[in-house]
This record gives sequence, structure tokens and C-alpha cells, in this order.
Amino acid sequence: MNTMIGIIIAAVLTNNFVLSKFYGCCPFLGVSKKIDSSIGMGAAVIFVMVCASLVTYPIYHLLLSPLELGYLRTVAFILVIAVFVQLLEIVIKKLMPPLYKTLGVYLPLITTNCAVLGVTIMNIDENYTFAQSIVNAAFSGIGFALAMVIFSGVRSRVDDAESETPAMFRGVPATLVAAAIVSMSFLGFGGLGQ
Amino acid sequence: MKLMNEFTKGILKENPVFVSLLGMCPTLAVTTGAFNGIGMGLSTTFVLICSNLVICLLRKVIPAQVKLPCYIVIIATFVTLIQFLLHGFVPSLYTSLGAFLELITVNCIILGRAEMFACKNGPVASVLDGAGMGLGFTLALFLMGSVREILGSGTWLGITIPGMTGHTMSLFVMPAGGFFVLGILIAVVCKLSNRKPPKKLGCAGCPNAHACSAKCEETNA
Repeated sequence: MNTMIGIIIAAVLTNNFVLSKFYGCCPFLGVSKKIDSSIGMGAAVIFVMVCASLVTYPIYHLLLSPLELGYLRTVAFILVIAVFVQLLEIVIKKLMPPLYKTLGVYLPLITTNCAVLGVTIMNIDENYTFAQSIVNAAFSGIGFALAMVIFSGVRSRVDDAESETPAMFRGVPATLVAAAIVSMSFLGFGGLGQ
Repeated sequence: MKLMNEFTKGILKENPVFVSLLGMCPTLAVTTGAFNGIGMGLSTTFVLICSNLVICLLRKVIPAQVKLPCYIVIIATFVTLIQFLLHGFVPSLYTSLGAFLELITVNCIILGRAEMFACKNGPVASVLDGAGMGLGFTLALFLMGSVREILGSGTWLGITIPGMTGHTMSLFVMPAGGFFVLGILIAVVCKLSNRKPPKKLGCAGCPNAHACSAKCEETNA
């Protein structure tokens, strides 16, 4: 139970998925212009990360590991995730149209996102059990969504103040410096969970 | 002459990190030291050259509908290869790069070059393009790694810099420093080359770009 709480705190706060591990920087910096799209993207990432962990865990521990093919995991995982996201999209579209309307547009964005591959690799490298992997995936996703929502708020202020920004910083440089400040604020959680 | 241009364009003029803004995740994550930056850069260069060559040789065989999965499998194969090489010969680098070595698979520079260059050009041009882009990436990572290592730990490539002891700012080797240094470097590069800083991230060749930018424009409207 203690390790579970440890995993949760680490995944959301102390080792936040984007702000301290840098998984999934593209959507973090690309889609965070509006709070709505940040929430949608965050929800889709949580969903896909949990599903990807559900599928890749048995593949590694029941198939690759007994056959001593652990080194094939990169190839295996990326293919499984790509196929799985595609399937998921078809199923959701058919069975749950309202959910598809909110999450669907983000699903294809996630296939080649390093956050998804990153979390499945992390589950294996940290020797998590099945339950721990799922919790880790869910809360890493929540950490990602939290960072995105917070950052989209900061970013709208930065974008509004563009006329006061020095010319050489307008655009991406200012966004990155703002991200640095948000990341710095997460350093404050450093002592938690030890 | 034209072939030489394919090689040199990636190093400065179309530098993947500072100009095209591709491959942000590894750029931010592994550059806590100059040596890590070089290691990551050269590993990526190796994968980029090999995957560019194979993809360009197979460009007439791979059907357009399934090209993305095919590219990913080819890239992942070379990533597995470089993992073995680093594990065997440079175990310290293998440990410090961690999961980001495997995540070269989803690095958008590699997929981007496959999509934009290798599937349209001949083998010699593709290899030169891969080498140029890879070296540009290495150069950028080395620069970032140097700045962060010198300011953050007072060393450079592991050698202690006299006069820096006691004046280091450990923030620069922390995650926040990564965002900060990259932002400043992009701004400086834009200033030096007299261009306006880019408004959004480089999505050139990213298979997600279409859906992603459509989403961004939809929310902006």
C-alpha cells in the first residue's frame, strides 16, 4: 500500500511526467493554447496510457520475457500501441459516440507520442507488478493532464502580453521560459513521499 | 555540389533543434551534461543514417497506406541495435540516457526525415541528409549540454572548471533549467541569424501534425 501511495505522489507531483521527465513535450507545448483542448488531450492521454499498459504488460511478462526476447520490446510495444489505438478509435466510434466526440480527435495524436511508449517502458524497468503498472500509468497521465491545464492558464497570460515581450523572445522562446517557471514551481514538491 | 548541400543544410541552416524545433523531448531530457548530449546526438545520427538508407531503398516497395508502421519498425530495429552497442561498449552512457535511448524510436526528427526526404530521394542524398541532420542535432545537444553543465555543475565534459567552484546554480541541471536554456538559446539563434522567432513548434513530417494543427486552429477560431 505504501508503495502505491509512493507511486501516485511520484507520478503526479515529484516526478511529474512532463515537467521533470520530459515525456510528451510536443503535445504539452503544442496543444496547450486553450484550457479546453488541454483537458481533452489530457483525458485522452490518461485513457491511452492505461490501455497501453494493460496490453503491454502481459505481452512482456507472458511472451517476451519467457522466450528471452526482452530486447524486442521496443519493436513489439510500438506496434502493439499503434494497432491498439487504431482499434480503440473504431470501437469507441461505434459504441460510444459521445465519448468519441470528446476524445476521438486526440486519439490519433497519441500513437507515436513518447509519453505512451515511455510509460510502458518505465513499468517494465521499475519492475512494477500488474496493479502497480496500471496505477502508475493512470497517475502519470493525471500528472500530464495537470501540468497541461496549469500551463495553458500560464500560457494565455504570456500570449496576451506578447506586445511587451522582447522581440527575440516572442513565440516559442517565451513559451519555453514560461514552462521553465511552471517546472520550477513543481520543485517545491521535492520533499514529498520520502 | 548539390549533394554537399544536402549534408550541410542540416548542420546550421535547417538545424533540427534551433530552427525546425524538432525532437524537443530528448533535447530537454538528456542534456544535463555535454557528454550525454554528444552520446545521444551520435546515437540518433546512427539511427537516422541507417533508417534513411533503408527507407529510401524500400521506398518503391512500401505501400503508402501502411508506410507509418513500416517506418516505425525499421527505426525501432536500428534503435535496438544501438542499444546493444552502447550496452556493450559504453555502459555508463547507456545508464545515463536511460529510457530516452529507446525513445529515439518516436523521435520526430527521424520520422520526419523519412517522410520528407528519404521516401523521395536517392540513397546517397538520403545518407548525406541523415548525416547532416544528425550532426546538427548532435551540435545542438552538445551546446545545450555544455551550457547546462558549466552553469549547473561547474564542469565541462567532466573536467572541473577553475573559478566555477562555489558559484554553480544547480537549477540548470534540474528539469526547469532545460526549458530555460532551450528558450534562451532559440532566442539567441534567432537574433544572430536575424529571423523572427518561430510562433509554434516544428511539426514538419510528424504523422500527427495534421490532426494536431487542425485541433489548434479549431480552438483558436
